[in-house]
Amino acid sequence: MSVGSEAKTPVSGNLAHDTAVLLQRSLRHVLRSPDTIVTTAVTPIAMLLLFVYVFGGALKAVDGSYVDYLLPGILLITIASGIAYTAFRLFTDVSGGIVDRLRSMPIGRSALLWGHVLTSLVANLASLVLVVLVALAMGFRSGAGVLAWLAVAGLLALVTLALTWIAVIPGLTAKSADGVSGFSYPLIFLPFVSSAFVPTAGMPGPVRWFAQHQPVTSIVNTIRDLYAGIPVGDQGWIALAWCFGVLVVAYALAMGTYRRKFG
Amino acid sequence: MTTPTAIRVAGLTKSYGDRLVLAGVDLSVAPGTVVALLGSNGAGKTTTVQILATLLRADSGEAAVAGHDVATDPAGVRASISLTGQFTAVDEVLTGRENLMLVARLRHLQDAGVLADELLDRFGLVEAARRRVATYSGGMRRRLDIAMGLVGDPPVLFLDEPTTGLDPQARLEVWRTVRDLAGAGTTVLLTTQYLDEAEQLADRIAILHQGRIIAEGTLAELRCLMPPATVEYVERQPTLEDVLLAIVGPDTRPQEIGTTR
Repeated sequence: MSVGSEAKTPVSGNLAHDTAVLLQRSLRHVLRSPDTIVTTAVTPIAMLLLFVYVFGGALKAVDGSYVDYLLPGILLITIASGIAYTAFRLFTDVSGGIVDRLRSMPIGRSALLWGHVLTSLVANLASLVLVVLVALAMGFRSGAGVLAWLAVAGLLALVTLALTWIAVIPGLTAKSADGVSGFSYPLIFLPFVSSAFVPTAGMPGPVRWFAQHQPVTSIVNTIRDLYAGIPVGDQGWIALAWCFGVLVVAYALAMGTYRRKFG
Repeated sequence: MTTPTAIRVAGLTKSYGDRLVLAGVDLSVAPGTVVALLGSNGAGKTTTVQILATLLRADSGEAAVAGHDVATDPAGVRASISLTGQFTAVDEVLTGRENLMLVARLRHLQDAGVLADELLDRFGLVEAARRRVATYSGGMRRRLDIAMGLVGDPPVLFLDEPTTGLDPQARLEVWRTVRDLAGAGTTVLLTTQYLDEAEQLADRIAILHQGRIIAEGTLAELRCLMPPATVEYVERQPTLEDVLLAIVGPDTRPQEIGTTR
């Protein structure tokens, strides 16, 4: 080897290529601890069982099958608990030496974040499929066609992306492994004060106002209409606006945090 | 092509808040040499390395690595270096081989698997290649860590306290690795707080103290900075052991205690 030779590696980082390599890496993490997917699905499935078989009989306000009514909200809870693992995986990289190794290499600056975000999308999709299968076994039926199912999948993917970019922020800034997932509890709780479990009409004034105007209600109603095979209407646009709005703000904050901490 | 200096640093300063960490560091490292940055904790060793590896920006001063300025051409620097930081940067969930292949793919190298196998062989990790890193010993991790830094043969290597926290056996392994690298013509800047490590490995030693290089040269040159060896009389204070022995005394000489009383 000649002394002081120039590097043989190309100088330019290719964000798509580097993201794909890092996506493959963190998907391997998920595959080697599949319990994270199961754990993500366990709490929502337990809620599904509890509300359908224990409380369901007493909930007279809902017409038709309660499992049909409940599933959309349960799917959102699944996502909210799944993204905690994304925050945790990112925190592990940032608190160890790996982030410094990657930053000193000629790779795309945000490839690490995109690798984790896309992993979150795949892992959450797996958990969602698990929850839907359990719901089907419990009697969930949908008259939705292929297009409506695709629309549901697209909306859930958008919700996952938006919430994942929120999860990136504590993943980058948390001081301890215990503190990293605390942010997800309010997100898991949010569907309770919405139309996810019971119609908002029976709630007292201020609570009803909040429930009707927070994002979960419009998203849940949209998914419910899509599953029922009826026209979605304005709720769909409101749901999309919420998702894109949260996505844009969370992405900007997460990228800003990343640039500030890791230039 | 050769560059006149592998690492060139002039007047580097850095402070965190009002705490001045680097107060004007000047350093020059010739290609193919091993230079040890010697200093106690808090002397600014890691800060210097992080600036050179483009992880931190200096407040003022200039630094270039392999001909690329760290401030204006960080991508050029990153393509020419590898950093083995103070904290082992290996992926615990992946196997040793997968860790090496990860770096090879990120460096856009062909035949990542072949490269990984070569390095595993060179670092005595063949048997552990397909085991998860979580099962590795401290020394094996550090070896893998250094091996990951060698993927793609970067001409300049930064090793930040490569033997801190290792047992003596693992320390010797790392020393052997660094000597092999030096023999192969890689430029190595390593930081250490151990005098013997600097003595063992480095062609030149730079002593960093309170954010400045206060001495730099070969071991022989640094020895010349000391006054010539002189014989001094040093009064030896008795240790607790001496005191104890004097009081209880060996069984064979009980009378002596009586006489000293």
